[in-house]
Amino acid sequence: MKKLLIYLKKYKKESILAPLFKMLEASFELLVPLVMAAIMDPGIAKQDLPYIWKMAGLLVLLAIVGLTTSLTAQYFAAKAAVSFAADVKHALFQHIQELSFGTLDEVGTSTLITRMTSDMNQVQNGVNMVLRLFLRSPFIVFGAMIMAFIINWKAAFIFVVAIPILSIVVFGIMMISIPMFQKVQEALDQVLGITRENITGVRVIRAFHQERQEEDAFHVKNEWLTRLQLTVGRVSAFMNPVTYIIVNAAVIALLWSGAVQVDDNVISQSEVVALVNYMNQILVELVKFANLIVTITKAVACGNRIQSVFELKASQDYPEITRDDERENSPYIVEFRNVSFGYHTSGDYALQNISIQIKPGETIGIIGGTGSGKSTFVNLIPRFYDVTEGSVYVDGLNVTAYSKKDLRRKIGIVMQKSVMFKGSIREILLWGNENATDEELFTALKTAQALEVVEKKELGLSEPLSQRAKNLSGGQKQRLTIARALVRKPEILILDDSSSALDYATDARLRKALSELNDSLTIFIVSQRTASIQNADRILVLDDGRIVGLGTHEELLRSCEVYQEIYDSQFKKEVQVNG
Amino acid sequence: MADQKQASKRTTMRRLGTYLKPYWFYLTASILMSLVSVSLTLYIPILTGRAVDKIIGPDKVMFEELIRVLITMGLSIAVTGIAQWVMNVCNNKMTYSIVRDVRHDAIQKIEQLPLKYIDAHTSGEIVNHVITDVDQFADGLLMGFTQLFTSVMTILGTLIFMLTIHPGVTLVVVGITPLSLFVASFVARKTYHLFLEQSERRGEQTGIIDEMIGNQKVVQAFSKEEDVLRDFDDKNERLKACSLKAIFFSSITNPATRFVNSMVYAGVGIAGAIVAIRGGMSIGQLTSFLGYANQYTKPFNEISGVITELQNAFACAGRIFALIDEEPQLPDDEDAVILENVEGQVDIQNVSFSYQPEDQLIIDLSLHVKPGQRIAIVGPTGCGKTTLINLLMRFYDVDSGAILVEEKDIRHVTRESLRNSYGMVLQDTWLKTGTIRENICMGHPDASEESMIEAAKLAHAHSFIMRLPQGYDTMIRENSDSLSQGQKQLLCIARVMLTHPPMLILDEATSSIDTRTEIRIQKAFHHLMEGRTSFIVAHRLSTIQEADVILVMKDGNIIEQGSHEELLTGHGFYYELYNSQFAS
Repeated sequence: MKKLLIYLKKYKKESILAPLFKMLEASFELLVPLVMAAIMDPGIAKQDLPYIWKMAGLLVLLAIVGLTTSLTAQYFAAKAAVSFAADVKHALFQHIQELSFGTLDEVGTSTLITRMTSDMNQVQNGVNMVLRLFLRSPFIVFGAMIMAFIINWKAAFIFVVAIPILSIVVFGIMMISIPMFQKVQEALDQVLGITRENITGVRVIRAFHQERQEEDAFHVKNEWLTRLQLTVGRVSAFMNPVTYIIVNAAVIALLWSGAVQVDDNVISQSEVVALVNYMNQILVELVKFANLIVTITKAVACGNRIQSVFELKASQDYPEITRDDERENSPYIVEFRNVSFGYHTSGDYALQNISIQIKPGETIGIIGGTGSGKSTFVNLIPRFYDVTEGSVYVDGLNVTAYSKKDLRRKIGIVMQKSVMFKGSIREILLWGNENATDEELFTALKTAQALEVVEKKELGLSEPLSQRAKNLSGGQKQRLTIARALVRKPEILILDDSSSALDYATDARLRKALSELNDSLTIFIVSQRTASIQNADRILVLDDGRIVGLGTHEELLRSCEVYQEIYDSQFKKEVQVNG
Repeated sequence: MADQKQASKRTTMRRLGTYLKPYWFYLTASILMSLVSVSLTLYIPILTGRAVDKIIGPDKVMFEELIRVLITMGLSIAVTGIAQWVMNVCNNKMTYSIVRDVRHDAIQKIEQLPLKYIDAHTSGEIVNHVITDVDQFADGLLMGFTQLFTSVMTILGTLIFMLTIHPGVTLVVVGITPLSLFVASFVARKTYHLFLEQSERRGEQTGIIDEMIGNQKVVQAFSKEEDVLRDFDDKNERLKACSLKAIFFSSITNPATRFVNSMVYAGVGIAGAIVAIRGGMSIGQLTSFLGYANQYTKPFNEISGVITELQNAFACAGRIFALIDEEPQLPDDEDAVILENVEGQVDIQNVSFSYQPEDQLIIDLSLHVKPGQRIAIVGPTGCGKTTLINLLMRFYDVDSGAILVEEKDIRHVTRESLRNSYGMVLQDTWLKTGTIRENICMGHPDASEESMIEAAKLAHAHSFIMRLPQGYDTMIRENSDSLSQGQKQLLCIARVMLTHPPMLILDEATSSIDTRTEIRIQKAFHHLMEGRTSFIVAHRLSTIQEADVILVMKDGNIIEQGSHEELLTGHGFYYELYNSQFAS
C-alpha cells in the first residue's frame, strides 16, 4: 500500500486541505453545546432576549460555516481520491503491458483484471473516506473530552473513563466479528458452489439418481452456514445495547457529579446540559470511526494486492535498438541451438535439447500430444518466453538482440484461442498493420479463406463485430485471425493449432492458398490433426519436450513410431471389435 | 398491470407468512422488545430533562429527588439494553432460519425441475436466485420491516413526548424537519444521472481492461501496447471526470441534512428560550427537547432508505418464490414398473419431438435396436445430436410416439430404473467437488476398494490417479486445472464402468484432447461397449465405421439412417459429410 501512496503526492494540496477543512467543521460542531449553554445561562436565566437571538444567530452562522467547510472538504477529498485512482490505474495498465508472457502465466490475467477493477474501486473509496473521516471522528471524540475539561475537570474524568471503555467495546466486537464474517462468507461460497454444481451437473446427477444425496449434502452446508451466521449474529447483537448502556451510564454519572458541583457553585446548570450533550456526541463518532477502520482494512488489503502487481518484474529485457552488428551470416531464417526450456511453475523441462534449422520458405508441421511442447516451441520464436538453455536465432541474429518491435514485426502469429477486439472488421485486421490498404486487407482475407465472412456482411469491412466477436462462428473467427496475421506480411507465419475449427475441406484450401504465397514466407503449423500437416515440407514430431521425429510424412510413417500412432488413431480402424 | 403487481405482492406476502409461521414466537418477541426499547429510549431525554431540573443552582440541588430520577434512568437503560439485545437475537434467529428454509426448498425444487427449465436458464441465473436473491429478500424484508416498524414508532413516540412537553415548540421541529427529507431526495434525484453515467463509464473501462488485459498476449504479439494504453487513458480520464462529479455531489447529502438538523436545533433553541423566559418551560424540558430535535430526522432518513430496499426485496422474493413454485417434472407413475434384466432392446416408435412447438426437431423417427447393437449419431456441430440423448434418458418426454426399453414404454417405468440401465459419458465432463474416489463411486457409493480400482484400471485411469499426490483421495474442485480434459473424461468412464449398465450413451470428445490420452479413451470406450447396446454421438471415423446403424442428423432432423456402406452408396448428405471431413 505504501508504494501506492506516492501517487497521492501529486495531490498533496487536496490531501491536506480535505482533512483540515473536516477538522474545521468538527470544531464548529464542538462549539454548539457551549452556545446552547449560553442561551440557557445567561440567556434564559437573565431573561435577556436580545442575547438569546444573538446566540441563535451564532448557531445559524456556525451551521452555515460548517456546511461550507464540509463541502470544501468533500470536494478536495473526492478530487484527491479520484485523481489518485486514475493515476494508479494508468500506471498499473502500463505496467501490466510490460509484463512478460511467463509472468502473465504465473499471475493469471483474471487476477490482474480484478486488481484493476474491484480492488481499485475499494482503494479509491478507502482514500476518499480516510481523507473525509480519519481526522474528523477522533477529533470530535477527543475534542469533546477537551471541551469537558474546559468546562470542569472533575466531570471530564468521566469522559476519560468512558471513552476507553467505549473504544474497547466497539473495536473489540468488531475485531471478534470480522474474522467470523469471513468464515460466513466462505460458508456462503460453499453453498453457492454446491448450488451451481447441482445445475451444471444436473444430467449426471439424475443419470446416477443422486438427487437425494445432493440434497443432503446441500442441507449439511446450509445448516453450517446458518449456524455460523447465528454465532456471529450473537456477537454483533451486543454492539448496540452495550454501547448504549455505557454512554447512558456515563450520562448518569455526569448528572450526579454535575449536581454535586452545581450545589457547591463550581459550575452552572447549563454547563451540566453541555456536558451531557458532549457525551452524546461521542458515541456516533466512535461507531463511524470503527466502520472507517473496516473500510481502511479492506482498502489496505486491496492496495497491497495492487502493489504486489507493481512489484512483478517484467523479467525480460529488450534492447532499445536491435543490435544488428551481431547478425551472423546464416542461410537459416529460424535456428534453435540446443534449446531447453522450463516454465517457472513446474520444475520439469517443457522442451529439452532442441536443435533445428529452418530455411526461408519452408513449411514446418509440428505435431505431438498435449504437453509435448508444440506451443512452447513456436512461442520461443517471437521470444514470448526466454529459453532456459541454448539460444534461438531468427534471421541470423539471437532473438535477445532484437528490439521488441523489430522482432515482432517479422512474425505473424495466430494463437490457439481466436481473440479479437471490439471494432469493425477493418479495425481488427489493421491490428496486423495499421497502414494496410483495403486492397491488401482483401488479399489477406482471400488467402485466409475469409472473404465470405466479409461478403455476407452488409457493411463489408466496416461491419462492426461485438466484443469477443460473438456474432461469428468459431471457424469464421479463426479465419479472421489468420487474415489479421497475414496483413502484417510477416516473414514468419505461425499457426498455433489455429485451424481446428475449420472443416477439412476449408483447411485444405487454406493450406493450398498459403503455399501459393510468396516463396520466402516460412510457415509453422502446429496441429493435432495429421491431415493439416502431412503436406508440409518437414514435420517435427515432439513427445515430452523432445524431438522424436523430423522429416516428411512418408518418411515419418516409415520411421517414427509416435507419428504412426497418431496417424492410425485418426485414419485407421483401431481395434477390431465385434469382428 | 398495477393490479397484477398488487396481487403478486400479496402472494409474496402470503408466502412469506408461511415461512414465518414456525418462528412466530421470535417475531412476537421481536416486536414486543422493539416496542419496549423504542419507548424507553425516548423516555431517556425526558428523564435527563427532569434530572437537569433538579439541579437548579448552588445549594438548591434536590439530591433526593435527583437520586430517584437517576435510579429510574439506570433501570430504563438496563431494560432498554436487554430489550435491544433480545430483539437483535430474535431477528437473527428468524432471518437466518427463514433463509435456510427457503434455500432448502429451492434446492429441493431444483432436483425435481424438468430439464427444460434448467436448460432454458443459465446456471448463473438460478444460482443468483438461490444465493443473492434469498439474502436480499431476507435482509430487505425482515430487517426492513423491523426497521420500518421501529422508525415509525420512534417518530410517533417522539411526537407524543414532544407534544406533552410543549405543542408550540413541537411545531418548530415538525415544520423544519421535512426540509431535510426534501434536501436528501433532491440531491439523490440530481445525482442519479451522474451515477448512471459513472457506471456506464466504469463499464466502458472494465470492458477495455477485460478485453486488453485478458488478452494481453495478443496485444503484445502485435506490439500494440502504446495504442491500447492511449485508448485506456482516454477512457480513464472520462471516468475520472464523471466520478469526481458523482462522488462530490452525492457527498453533499450528509452535510446538507446535518445543516438542516442544525437549523432545527437552533430553532428549538430560540423558540424554547422564548417560551422558557415566559415560564412555559423549564431548562430541563428544553434539554429534553434539544435531545429530540437532534434525533428526529434520523428515522425519516432511515424510512426513505428502507422503502427502496423493501421494493428490491419484494422483487427478489418474487423471483425466488417463482423458482420454488415452478412446476416440477411429472412424478413417476404410481404403478410404474421397475426395469429389470435389461438386455438392451430399444424401440423408438414414431417419435416426434421439439423444444419449441414452432420448431419441429425430430419428426416421426422409428428405430429398432437389438441388444448389443451400436448406433452412431453423426452430423455437423449444433445439429441437435444431444436431443436423442435427452429423450433416451427421459430428460425430456417425447411429444408423440413412444420409446420402449425391453418393450416397456419408458414413461411407465421408474426413472431410477431407466437411468440405471444406461451408462452415460458426456463430452462435457462434469465431476463433482470431492475426492476422485467419491466421483468414481458416485453411482455405487458402497463399492469396495477393489472394484473401484478395477473400474479405474479398465478405464485406463488408474495409472494417472496413482501419480497424483493423494491418489484416489485427491480433491477435485470445480474448474480446477489439476486434471486435463482427457483425464476428466477417463474418470467419467471409470464412473460408468463401476455401475455395469446394460446400455450406454457416449458422447465423443471433438478436440482438445491430446492424442495419446485419446487413444486410451478410445480403448476404454471399446471395452465399455462390449456386449452392450450403445448410442454414440460420434466424431471418429473408426467409431462410425464400426456402428451397426448410423443416424445422420442435420438441422435437428434425422435425415438418413443405415450402415456405413449403405449410406455411402446412397450418395446423400452422409456421403458429402464423409468426404469433406475425413477424406484427405
